[in-house]
Amino acid sequence: MFSNSPLGKNIMALVCFALGVTIFVAGCGQKSEETSLSPSGKSVIQNSGSDTMVNLAQTWAEKYAEINPAASVEVSGGGSGTGIAALINGTVDIANCSRQMELEEMVRAKQNTGKEPQKFVVGYDALAVYVNKKNPLDQITIEQLAEIYGEGGKITRWSQLGSNNPACPNDEIIRVSRQSNSGTYHYFRESLLGKEKDFKLGSRDLHGSKDVVELVGRTPCAIGYSGMGYATERVKKLKISLEEGKPAYAPSLKTALDGTYPIARPLYMYTLGEPTGEIRKYLEWIYSDIGQAIVEENGYVPLPQEKRVMAKTN
Amino acid sequence: MINRQRLETFAEPFIEWMIRLCGISAIIFVFGIFFFVFREGADFFFHKLDLVEFFTSPEWYPTSVSHKRYGVLALIAGTASVTLLAMAIAVPFGLGAAIFVSEFCSPKLKEAFKIIIELLAAIPSVVWGFIGLTIMNELIIDLFKAPIGLTVLNGGIILALMSVPIIVSIGEDALKAVPDSYREAAEALGATRWQVVYRVLLPAAKNGLLAAVLLGVARAIGETMAVLMATGHAVKIPHSLLDSVRTLTATIAAELGEAPVHSEHYQVLFLIGVLLFSITFVVNLTADLIVKGIRQE
Repeated sequence: MFSNSPLGKNIMALVCFALGVTIFVAGCGQKSEETSLSPSGKSVIQNSGSDTMVNLAQTWAEKYAEINPAASVEVSGGGSGTGIAALINGTVDIANCSRQMELEEMVRAKQNTGKEPQKFVVGYDALAVYVNKKNPLDQITIEQLAEIYGEGGKITRWSQLGSNNPACPNDEIIRVSRQSNSGTYHYFRESLLGKEKDFKLGSRDLHGSKDVVELVGRTPCAIGYSGMGYATERVKKLKISLEEGKPAYAPSLKTALDGTYPIARPLYMYTLGEPTGEIRKYLEWIYSDIGQAIVEENGYVPLPQEKRVMAKTN
Repeated sequence: MINRQRLETFAEPFIEWMIRLCGISAIIFVFGIFFFVFREGADFFFHKLDLVEFFTSPEWYPTSVSHKRYGVLALIAGTASVTLLAMAIAVPFGLGAAIFVSEFCSPKLKEAFKIIIELLAAIPSVVWGFIGLTIMNELIIDLFKAPIGLTVLNGGIILALMSVPIIVSIGEDALKAVPDSYREAAEALGATRWQVVYRVLLPAAKNGLLAAVLLGVARAIGETMAVLMATGHAVKIPHSLLDSVRTLTATIAAELGEAPVHSEHYQVLFLIGVLLFSITFVVNLTADLIVKGIRQE
């Protein structure tokens, strides 16, 4: 059936390719216990996970390479779930997470690798709610956000928020969200709706923190949420209050740390077992004042002075 | 002399076997892939899956804490709408361009044209997606006064641009394969150039052109990254060209990386893979049957 059509050839080529890839991937699947050595004799720390943290982790890695030429840190993104999955499979040394590991994931990591994952809080992130620069709205309540995003919520038009959005002639609120496994998505859903409820269907589920801001910046009718470090000049961060009549706060270092800004969360790094050797040195450096200054430069909230000691937090 | 004969008696069957193995391997691979993809999702398929809900519910809540729902109707509608629109644009343009390149243009222009079309085919799909997310998004908002530009229209146009090069190059090959004696005979009968194309070349190259179109369809159904970015990725049954949708492929791409291995969600994503596999299979099968039907006439 496939043999006499050009389609058949195409499928066969595809199949051969897929097989090649499978063999290749299988070949590099398992990793040894300690940090691996690169051909040049450097020790390589594998670091992957949260999309929210990927810029931050990248900057850390670059700066660390200048200070400690003996180690190199390889960073990749993909989302908190991706990092956790890699940690469970034992293919990364440090997983970045913008949410905590679930109990089930902890158990599986233990079963698979024989080591207990250790959690480290390395900074905080305030989740900003973005609208287009042309939108006159400047503040919003958590209740209103729940009505906009939550299943069964009644707010679908800008005029229902008591504000006209002249740049958006047909008044519809375009909800921009994240793919359903991202740590940011989980955190935002839980902050607005609690554990049990779901978001409305039909939101635009984008695949990265940056894409959300990018799209909101180009779409006058849109509202979206993303890390506060991703702001561009085309968007505006809304002030957020808990409910109508209470004061609204803009996301900032101060409001995130003193708890007045309602949607701020810790950023985590997980290792398998108590970190040793180069991995430990790297984490200690992240906890140092230099490492924490980089957190602030990237638009996140650094740890307060008294928490800058590396201690596992579970 | 004797040595050579001996060599041939061994080498000949060996080569024959190798060729036979290559032939069979294609079939083994296809079934192997189907088997492995299905095996990942089989447990869920046999024990928990509600097929009626799977195919008729538009509610896709794979990571809900309280009430997980796996309905792929909206995703199927998304794939179908984007693919249909893409084909509605790409088939006339692609076949038209193929006819122009093979029959009407000067040899110099032809060379230039082919290079440019091949260049179009070489653009990575992420780049197409980015164009959809930025330039096309704003363009559609301005032109149609739409609230958002990430729509069926956006994805359809991007996919059409991606499948046109395939349709053009394969269609052109098919037309080139028609013997020149056909053209000469038609011209000798006093046919105009258009009559030659319409009455002689198109019927003669029918199979090849159909294959070109179907490869375009296959490209459109299977494309992932570009539609992920350009269609808005919203679970929704579209009512117009200006609605956002989400496709089957984009759902797998966006969620598989983060679904815990062997969880329900992971298994359902593999079942979507099986569904895509079946759709492509049916498209191929139909194509084959149509081609056979044409031959018998």
